[in-house]
Amino acid sequence: MSDIRKVVEIPINMGPAHPATHGVLRLRLKLEGEIVREVDPVIGYLHRGIEKLAESLTYPQFIPYTDRLDYAGSMLNNLGYVKAVEELLGIEVPERAEYLRVMTTELSRIASHLVWLSAWGLDLGAMAPFFYCFREREEILNIFEMLCGARITFSYMRIGGVSKDMPEGFADRLQNFLDIFPEKLSEYETILTENEIFLARTVGVGILPKEDAIDYGVTGPIARASGLEYDTRKIEPYSIYDRFDFRIPVEHGCDVYSRYLIRVEEMKQSMKIVQQALDKIPEGEIMAKVPKKIKPEPGRVYSRVEGSKGELGFLIISDGSDKPYRLRIRSPAYSNVAALPVMCENAKIADVVATVGSLDICLGEMDR
Amino acid sequence: MTTTMYDSLVGILSQLGVYQILSGFLPEIVIRIMLVLAIAGVVATVASLILAYLTWLERKVLSDIQQRIGPMRTGPHGLLQPIADGIKLLVKEDVHPKTIDKWVFLLAPIVMFVPVVVVLAVIPFGKTLVMTDLSVGIVFLLAVSSLPTLGIIMASWAQNNKYAVLAGLRRAAEIISYEISMVLAAIGVVLLAGTLSLPGIVEAQTGLPYIILQPLGFLIFFIGLLADLGRIPFDFQESESELVAGYTTEYSGMKFSFFFLAEYLELFVAGGILTTLYLGGWNGPFLPSWLWFAIKTFIVIWVILWIRATLPRVRIDQLLDIGWKWLLPLALLNIAITGGVLAVM
Amino acid sequence: MMSGYMEIALITIVGILFPVIAFVASWLLRPSHPNDEKFTIYECGEIALGGDSRKNIGIQFYLFALIFVIFDVEAIFLYPWAVSFGGLGAFAFIEMMIFIGVLVAGYAYAWKIGALEWVGDA
Repeated sequence: MSDIRKVVEIPINMGPAHPATHGVLRLRLKLEGEIVREVDPVIGYLHRGIEKLAESLTYPQFIPYTDRLDYAGSMLNNLGYVKAVEELLGIEVPERAEYLRVMTTELSRIASHLVWLSAWGLDLGAMAPFFYCFREREEILNIFEMLCGARITFSYMRIGGVSKDMPEGFADRLQNFLDIFPEKLSEYETILTENEIFLARTVGVGILPKEDAIDYGVTGPIARASGLEYDTRKIEPYSIYDRFDFRIPVEHGCDVYSRYLIRVEEMKQSMKIVQQALDKIPEGEIMAKVPKKIKPEPGRVYSRVEGSKGELGFLIISDGSDKPYRLRIRSPAYSNVAALPVMCENAKIADVVATVGSLDICLGEMDR
Repeated sequence: MTTTMYDSLVGILSQLGVYQILSGFLPEIVIRIMLVLAIAGVVATVASLILAYLTWLERKVLSDIQQRIGPMRTGPHGLLQPIADGIKLLVKEDVHPKTIDKWVFLLAPIVMFVPVVVVLAVIPFGKTLVMTDLSVGIVFLLAVSSLPTLGIIMASWAQNNKYAVLAGLRRAAEIISYEISMVLAAIGVVLLAGTLSLPGIVEAQTGLPYIILQPLGFLIFFIGLLADLGRIPFDFQESESELVAGYTTEYSGMKFSFFFLAEYLELFVAGGILTTLYLGGWNGPFLPSWLWFAIKTFIVIWVILWIRATLPRVRIDQLLDIGWKWLLPLALLNIAITGGVLAVM
Repeated sequence: MMSGYMEIALITIVGILFPVIAFVASWLLRPSHPNDEKFTIYECGEIALGGDSRKNIGIQFYLFALIFVIFDVEAIFLYPWAVSFGGLGAFAFIEMMIFIGVLVAGYAYAWKIGALEWVGDA
């Protein structure tokens, strides 16, 4: 019989089948009562070998697979991949297609942040935001459905452009959404930002210092919440982002509350971008002249876009055939979750849940 | 002396002449036991029906707040849903791990359910609708209504599941933080009423419910009640996004459903307690007394559901902070103010 | 003196009968297809780490529990005082305030030495 006065550390699995791990992330925790002394993320439960699959698919055939990476914001993955292939081929994308791409990806970012906000609210025990956020996301999905017929896995982008032009009534519907959304967004802020319990649960929780954020390669809203002004859209403006007026929100709280503020502000900025794009969209082609059979010259390219979770990069190595020799995806969630042990040092179980939620992980993208 | 349900029943039976026939060949004590048993059965059954429909009400209220429609398929507006749920739970396979503590595992749902039913005996549902008028009613009520916690802690320890153990510990922390504040807040009511009997407290509130005279006490008691019920923002026994299913993690079938039933019965009882102590009980003009009681109770329940749909959950250390650093001093202050004002008057 | 408690005893019996009948009915009606997987402990779909869960878990609110006992006893003392307050007047009030004052002093001391803090925060 061990000493009954000695408190033992208890190992426990949180996930893969746990409501707060957003899919199949597994955390091995060491608990001392309610306090978590050690966090060890275990990934790979949703590994489908997408990178390897790419090697046996032609370049256009891989587009639908990118939808299955981060299924909350598929447009961004679409863009990341086709942009990499276009850089490999040296194709110029027509103006109108660029505008459509910006509009859809920014809407996708809003949809992704809405999914995050709703799920995170549930993590904290607040049920109401879940349904409100999904109501607005539903409208975004309706707009996407109008555009390309799909609601989750769009495969909207093509190498050299986009698959469909704006249908009739699309602009009105989008404008309508842009008109009502700010009001809805302030509703969520009322229910959360002004709530004492919400503030008590989030302010000062899950601290990730700026230095650690850099060391771990953390990107996206989490890096920006740690005071890092890093957004691919600004530091390396791709597509036509240099034409729009928007700002990159930065917070210095380093906690989960700052991440929340960042994402809410990002939704507002994305809306601003969509509005500008909708106002300025020119007439013209939506597809560039692309050869029937895509066979890039041998070479390699690394191309990145700002995904909803951080920097989403595609590395493609071509050997001159119609299939990539190697395709590697730089997944933002993968790097972000690596910093979890830093954020959860001596936290309580409830804080771990709040912190994991604040990362906005998507296992489809992390495990690939 | 308050007219109890037994007295009313005897009165009715005497008018019909049945009581005289029965007393012809049965001793009085046997008739009394029979009649009280019948009353207890009816009260418990009616309460069970009410709690079955509380589950329906909760789903409907929540879905209304969340812009959904809730259950619609079983019967008009899903009214048969509780019955369908009941049948489903009744014929569900009982799956549990091998390493459980068998007897504690079996007894825990009963330990949780029975005290809540017992509390029904002292709540005055109407002017003559109370099973028994105890001279220490309020103390009995507060004591018995905290017993279900024992069932939760038994359950959490019996399962040999870490999530359940954590839930049980959280529940223990919860009850030690809020029990005292609740009990102390209720002293304000006793000071005003000058009696411990629950029908007496309701009588004393004729004309002026204590929520007006005891706003601070009401607030403390209500917060304590939320914690006692284990409802958001204090749903630590469950906290599904952290501890999966809390203390019911390994339970299934009928054993699980008795935890579930006990929780909803607690919700109804909590509405009844708050109505009795602070909202004037069955007092009210025009309508029959039991209807007033029902209206007030359902308003309380609705508010509790509303809070559930709106607020996030607090953290365990914050829960202890609120209980010990805010509610307890305030409850003592409430006693001092109430006593002081009464002493001066 | 003990009038009114028979109802309590009888409703307790009814209360026990409810789950017992339901358990028996469920035992007669429910299927039973046991297999080894069903007998395992739930720990998020993985094999439970570290075996038995009944270990010396750190209870960080241990001191709270001790203070709880003191105040719960105090609360019970307050009830007889409260119920007969009307007949006792100002003297009883001062007396009880002294009683509460002593406890509040202890409470303040406990607060000051940090007994009302969550244990284990590093």
